[in-house]
Amino acid sequence: MTVSSTLKNKVAIVGVGESDIGRVPNMTGLGLNAQAAKRAIEDAGLNVSDIDGVMTAYSFTEPYFMLGSVLCEYLGIKPRLNASMVVGGASPAVMLHHAAMAIAAGQANTILICAGENRATGQSRDAAIASLTAVGHPYFEQPYGTSIPGFYAMIALRHMHEYGTTREQLAHVSVNTRAHALLHPNAHMKKPLTLDDVIAAKPIADPLGMLDCCLISDAGGAFIVTSAERARDLASKPVFLQGIGEHHTHEHLMCAPSLTQFGAAESGRQAYDMAGLGPKDIHVAELYDCFSIVPIIELEELGFCEPGEGGQFFEEGHARIGGKLPVNTHGGMLSHAHAGAAGGLFGFIEAVRQLRGGLGARQVEGAEVALVHNEGGILSSHCTAILANDKG
Amino acid sequence: MSHDLPRPIVNADSQPYWDGARESKLLIRKCKACSAFHFMPRHVCPDCWSTDLEWVESAGKGSVHSFSIIRRASLDAYSARTPYVTALIDLDEGPRMVTNIVGDDALSVAIGDRVTVVFEDRGDGALLPQFQRAAAGA
Repeated sequence: MTVSSTLKNKVAIVGVGESDIGRVPNMTGLGLNAQAAKRAIEDAGLNVSDIDGVMTAYSFTEPYFMLGSVLCEYLGIKPRLNASMVVGGASPAVMLHHAAMAIAAGQANTILICAGENRATGQSRDAAIASLTAVGHPYFEQPYGTSIPGFYAMIALRHMHEYGTTREQLAHVSVNTRAHALLHPNAHMKKPLTLDDVIAAKPIADPLGMLDCCLISDAGGAFIVTSAERARDLASKPVFLQGIGEHHTHEHLMCAPSLTQFGAAESGRQAYDMAGLGPKDIHVAELYDCFSIVPIIELEELGFCEPGEGGQFFEEGHARIGGKLPVNTHGGMLSHAHAGAAGGLFGFIEAVRQLRGGLGARQVEGAEVALVHNEGGILSSHCTAILANDKG
Repeated sequence: MSHDLPRPIVNADSQPYWDGARESKLLIRKCKACSAFHFMPRHVCPDCWSTDLEWVESAGKGSVHSFSIIRRASLDAYSARTPYVTALIDLDEGPRMVTNIVGDDALSVAIGDRVTVVFEDRGDGALLPQFQRAAAGA
């Protein structure tokens, strides 16, 4: 089914902010959100009174039901638009989609998109892992002791079986991402990583080990979306939305149509169509990387390589800064930060920074067009966005 | 594997499934309108939206689509079982479901292995469908 209108060049991201990241025991999840929001609003050169819409996601560490209303209350914002999106890791991109629709329809002017949790210190490690288990189906998956790493491990093993992807290629994803994190001043992980480190790490769910799994961080992230017209008058260099698309195929892995083909191909197609661009036009990609297998599949689905060649793409160094298509230049969720929906949100923050330029050793030369992909559940919900620093 | 693991939770959609399991039967949903099978029970057929659905007994045979050996359990209740196998299996009737692979040779499982259903006691008469590797040629 096609839709009849476009969001191309209707809105721009005009401010970004990250909270302190890592172990931040002196701050609550809401506090991390507030810190990130304040930094994003300052970055945009706006005042909090300019915000008339707020979108956030969910929290596993703080017991609030109406999280969007709670966040507005905490921030002292009384917006005309407020929503809490629960599409797992896809939530930030989906929030951008909804914000763009609202602004294009004239229902809001300037929207704060915000997410964060104190996952590292706000709960025990066991509680963090146990609460994530709730993603498994409570009646037909959880009785079997399923785990999120276990679901992604089954996807990884099937990819290895069908395409010959190797254990080493999975490890290359973690190594690639860590090398980028070392160039980011606010990344959670500060030490280099070798292939041997990844392969020898504590096994979690074969073939995945501890270093194939995303971090558990305290972290919050925020960005500000406004109309393309208004963006021109603001302090920061605007980054314009060129295309965006979603696709949702299942929630539980037992109901997924395939273990090797997911909804990113369709969300990507929609985003490319809206932007009038293709994979060859993308200079930098910030892909969801909750587990090492995931960016491999996303590279394939989004058309950056052939099906089955994602592992090789990382192994041959094409995803490095300076390579054919630098991937996760901030360090991703494997090495920069992961705290609920904030994980994928940092991909947007990094894309904006890359398109503004001036990042020193981390800068992708000539970056003018970026792709950000978020996925939620077990590769269940997908949203792809294409951003550019010029109103193309 | 046993009584100290969580008992299945029964709701209105799944009552016949778990009642069947108590009698060592693996029941799956079949749509009378379009003849499609599906696993997770629901009020409508996910293929054609008919509400004219029936429960049929699966032959309890299938093959392993993928699996993982869990080395670190996410819930304490399962920690004593590690390492254990979670798998996605395709029943011969078509539907895909999650299971453990149980039995002495479970950790040697491979993609494509043939498996057959067995029932695991979870206490108070509740049985959980599980699968074990079939003898060659089964």
